[in-house]
Amino acid sequence: MLRDQDRIFTNLYGIHDWKLAGARKRGDWDGTKELILKGRDWIVTQVKDSGLRGRGGAGFPTGMKWSFMPKTFDGRPSYLVINADESEPGTCKDRDILRWDPHKLVEGALLAGVGMGCHAGYIYIRGEFYNEASHIQQAIDEAYAAGLLGKNACGAGWDFDLYLHRGAGAYICGEETALLESLEGKKGQPRLKPPFPAAVGLYGCPTTVNNVETIAVVPTILRRGAPWFASIGRPKNSGTKLFCISGHVERPCNVEESMSIPLKELIERHAGGVRGGWDNLLGIIPGGSSVPVLPRSICDTVLMDFDALREVRSGLGTAAVIVMDKSTDIVKAISRLSKFYMHESCGQCTPCREGTGWMWRVMERMVKGQADLEEIDVLEEVTRQVEGHTICALGDAAAWPIQGLIRHFRPELEKRIAAYKASRPRQAAE
Amino acid sequence: MSAAPTAPAKEPTTFAFSQDYLRRAEQIIAKYPPGRQASAVLPLLDLAQRQCGNWLPRAAMDYVAGILGMAPIRVYEVATFYSMFNLQPVGKWFLQICGTTPCWLRGSDDVIRTCESKLGIKMGETTADGKFTLKEVECLGACVNAPVVQVNDDFYEDLDAASMARLIDALAADQPPPKGSMTGRQNAAPVGGPQTLDGRAPGGDD
Amino acid sequence: MPKLTINGQAVEVPPGATVLQACESAGVEVPRFCYHERLSIAGNCRMCLVEQEKAPKPIASCAMPAADGMVIHTDSPMARKARKGVMEFLLINHPLDCPICDQGGECDLQDQAMAYGFDRGRYDENKRAVPDKDFGPLVKTSMNRCIHCTRCIRFITEVAGIEELGATFRGEHMEVTTYVEKALSSELSGNIIDLCPVGALTSKPYAFSARPWELRKVESVDVLDAVGAAIRVDVRGGEVLRVLPRLNEAVNEEWLADKSRFACDGLRRQRLDRPYVRRDGKLQPATWPEALAAVAARLDGVQADRIAALAGDLACVESMVALKDLFAAIGSGNIDCRQDGAALDPRTRASYVFNTTIAGIEQADACLLIGTNPRWEAPVLNARLRKRFLAGGFRVALIGQQTDLTYRYDYLGAGPQTLADLASGKLAFGDLLRLAKRPMLILGQGALARPDGAAILALAREVAEKFNMVREDWNGFNVLHTAAARVGGMDAGFVPGHGGRGTAEILQGAQNGTVEFVYLLGADEIDPDLLGKAFVVYQGHHGDEGAHRADVVLPGAAYTEKNATYVNTEGRPQQARLAVFPPGEAREDWKIIRALSEAMGKRLPYDNLAQLRRRMESVNPIFAAPGQVAPVSWGAFGTSGPVQAAPFATLVSNYYMTDPISRASETMAKCTATFIARTGDAKAGAAE
Repeated sequence: MLRDQDRIFTNLYGIHDWKLAGARKRGDWDGTKELILKGRDWIVTQVKDSGLRGRGGAGFPTGMKWSFMPKTFDGRPSYLVINADESEPGTCKDRDILRWDPHKLVEGALLAGVGMGCHAGYIYIRGEFYNEASHIQQAIDEAYAAGLLGKNACGAGWDFDLYLHRGAGAYICGEETALLESLEGKKGQPRLKPPFPAAVGLYGCPTTVNNVETIAVVPTILRRGAPWFASIGRPKNSGTKLFCISGHVERPCNVEESMSIPLKELIERHAGGVRGGWDNLLGIIPGGSSVPVLPRSICDTVLMDFDALREVRSGLGTAAVIVMDKSTDIVKAISRLSKFYMHESCGQCTPCREGTGWMWRVMERMVKGQADLEEIDVLEEVTRQVEGHTICALGDAAAWPIQGLIRHFRPELEKRIAAYKASRPRQAAE
Repeated sequence: MSAAPTAPAKEPTTFAFSQDYLRRAEQIIAKYPPGRQASAVLPLLDLAQRQCGNWLPRAAMDYVAGILGMAPIRVYEVATFYSMFNLQPVGKWFLQICGTTPCWLRGSDDVIRTCESKLGIKMGETTADGKFTLKEVECLGACVNAPVVQVNDDFYEDLDAASMARLIDALAADQPPPKGSMTGRQNAAPVGGPQTLDGRAPGGDD
Repeated sequence: MPKLTINGQAVEVPPGATVLQACESAGVEVPRFCYHERLSIAGNCRMCLVEQEKAPKPIASCAMPAADGMVIHTDSPMARKARKGVMEFLLINHPLDCPICDQGGECDLQDQAMAYGFDRGRYDENKRAVPDKDFGPLVKTSMNRCIHCTRCIRFITEVAGIEELGATFRGEHMEVTTYVEKALSSELSGNIIDLCPVGALTSKPYAFSARPWELRKVESVDVLDAVGAAIRVDVRGGEVLRVLPRLNEAVNEEWLADKSRFACDGLRRQRLDRPYVRRDGKLQPATWPEALAAVAARLDGVQADRIAALAGDLACVESMVALKDLFAAIGSGNIDCRQDGAALDPRTRASYVFNTTIAGIEQADACLLIGTNPRWEAPVLNARLRKRFLAGGFRVALIGQQTDLTYRYDYLGAGPQTLADLASGKLAFGDLLRLAKRPMLILGQGALARPDGAAILALAREVAEKFNMVREDWNGFNVLHTAAARVGGMDAGFVPGHGGRGTAEILQGAQNGTVEFVYLLGADEIDPDLLGKAFVVYQGHHGDEGAHRADVVLPGAAYTEKNATYVNTEGRPQQARLAVFPPGEAREDWKIIRALSEAMGKRLPYDNLAQLRRRMESVNPIFAAPGQVAPVSWGAFGTSGPVQAAPFATLVSNYYMTDPISRASETMAKCTATFIARTGDAKAGAAE
């Protein structure tokens, strides 16, 4: 188990003072000036060497992403945009950073800004997080008042402005280019890539979009050193990670643990185990709603990191662990996710706009077994027609939960269809 | 209480920000580079919605379009795209019940049933006295504290049928309880108190 | 120059080309719905997905830049599966109403479903229902059919330049709409009908009129403004059912203005289908011989200088040359094609044409508008100005009436004094013009059709010369006409001969009795009171102002009913083609004049169109090269003199009704009611 002294988010549960004074007691804003003075290249190298991978779901190496930003000024400013549009079902980790450790994010934003040559950053927070936005705004105001942000931030000779921007209810704005569209005052419809944001991002300027957790761990990495962070977890999957454990566990919670912790250990040690014991486990969605569900057999041994979960055809995603015990109507559970994706599809491209609704409607019939056996394959095919054919990853995210369901729980679907037909012999004969 | 007839909303014909909101709007617009004031459309629509009592009449959209120099259609697109803009009036207490899978696994159906039976309205409806509106929403991002209900700006967490009923009673009396967990739990720590970060960790207050 | 491989075939494309364009250059067709070469790239329909080797998933070829070394497959299993899947998704919520859909037979969705779709549906759920929208009197909506390609939104926003159309809501609830139910206030709105790949947007006036395979399609040119857009006239039986644009990159690209598209119902109404002769104060039906004899009899013995002719806005070159020849035979030089009295100077062709050419606008970097509202006078040309504006580095200034031109401009002033100030270097915009590499000016008829028109023309010339607008390699001096007949009339020399009277003198003469006979060749924009007691012959196709005043009516042919030459504002001769025969006893116009010449005993020396066209070429060699803009040389024009203080006014007060055809059109009447008469009254549009 991760030792408390290796935990970055030491106020995760909001026990302590989240404001500047309390944050400073926990080590935030300590020697920030010196870190800045070590310069842009040092910061990027440290982040690269730490092995930090993006915490928003895709797991792209953060240091490499930062290195894509232009080194020379072509007249366009560079922007840092922090994605605080946390909306992936199962996920509520950024929320606790925003409300209880906001200074880690603010300090991280400054350091990331230095690392990428940005003088301005925007935090895009989901609109529903009204109280969280209030905390982060207060933290920004405190930092300005203390000379930590703004002109000559921290007295280190770097100007950096940080602004908070509230969204208004759209999961799709968590997709980075949709987020940029939204930040520009438009509908949150993802952009075609290329060009990528590092070339053409916010207002047509070079932009990097990073998740809240990604940015908030940066100050600690820089203070404690890349080797410390890299020593936690397996190679290429290093560091600590916030996990959200929801669903059918005894004690749902957020917890910071080391990457690559076994899923079973994570649940038993921190969440009081599966409701009714491990043997009562039906399946787990290990990384937020977008990744395929895992049956118990895989859950027994799988490690919680990018590569291990990829190997079992799921994903770490946002590390939001949704646990379902044997009382769960698994078809209904997945169908409810299908409804989510239908509701959150931006409507821009054909496969997602049309496919999410189709999939949900078939899934609703599957819940009741009101379908033909062949429709399972049709449904599977429809998910394949959506997956990989859309502008952004929402299409994939809508397809994968259903694919996971069919892959691991096909007998359950067949059983329901048979039962439904049996209960209506006349229609079955038609 | 019963459902209000679904009469079309009385659309006000004009709208203008109050002095205070106008000042706040100016502060918001100043966050964005010159010429990029359209970026302020979401926060300004939010302000407008707050001034109108938690809904967004067309006059307010047109007003915001005027302030930001945007074509009205571009503002209509935005206002209809984002789920937090209410294009119809809502009750004084706007109950948004999360029904997505993590909340559903923890009993959001019970919460929904309690709301509907206690208020005598269905999801999407407003009580005749204009006090409550119910809406099922998608993931609110507080999943380890499921089920969750957002009441106006505040989240109420760790709900069940009984605590939901208590919450409605309190709201009916215009005495909302403190936001957060309805079981007295410490935020997102496990029930029974934190198993980690129990104060001995560096940076604790003591 | 990236080199890539398309289906095994090596192609090289210019930098910046997309994969889809590379495929086209390799002769490989890629299906698409949202992509349109004249609109921004949306990439949303996903129909154009192709396989790129080494890419994990299919790519949208319309949006992907072609890069060196790419290997593309458009017919691989991956590409086929992608297309088939997209096709199926597009169809699941698309109604099966092809039998009652006006798009049937010319529907991209139908065609591509045939080529790429499944042979059966697998979607068993209910189809989506979407409320229809009211876009006004021209565009009919059937929004269940919409496939959300957003072509219409992009066109209206980008090309038409009005931000009134958008997509509201999201996901499967996304709707293309104006949100507030209002008519699209663009003079180019009809183009979204052509752009819509399905039957969501169809022509309201044409609704349920015909199937495309029943129509005979005749390629022609438009004459309802002076742009000369290429059109296709669709005909069934003896009726013009609709008018559509044709591609002409030099003129209209592929757009058509709403009047040119929708006024065609005016061709069926208020037609003159037989000759009339005024007897006992009333116009009475007559036979051709009676009518021609009446004209010849009235002319007999009249002094040549007491006879005059005016050509109207829709007159073709053929008829003007014939009438000019007839008047020459009579010995009268009292002819004029400038019924509005505009001070166009026949001495120098460069003084009355749009020298820059319409396509040339795209090379200009500054533009001065003088007494013109191009949005109303020439919507398609205005779209070209907007296109140039959007490309950046194009400053526009206006002297005249302020109005929304769909692009930003500097307003310099209202009238001639501002132009004089500019000429004398008093305005800051002059500095900008001086710095510009290819400055242009556009002189509208509102600046010329006034008593001081000749002085203004001279002033405009002074400005053009002062700011280096006229050089060996560039001519930025432009006159924008509103009448399709005008340049042709000027080129044919339908202007007063030596000692002859012009429009003003003819009308003066008619009032003071020194002109006894006036021949109106489709001239309808003349106040009948100004014709005094003169004997008036009206030759034309509509019972409009001119016919009402006439003593003899000779029924002619509209532009869809004759093979006729028109010269557009650029000076580009183009030929309209006979699509239907003139109604009743109406005849092609030059033949009427030819017949009259015979009745008068002054037989014109051509018996068929070919002979007449040879005569035209001898009048002016430009008629020998249809479609071409002949080079012009700069020369003297205009008359320096004092200018008046009165501000410039546009001659077009109602875009939708400017000529006998559009005035007879019910559709244009509806547009007038919606957009002009009751502007701002939302109910007017909705009540339609």
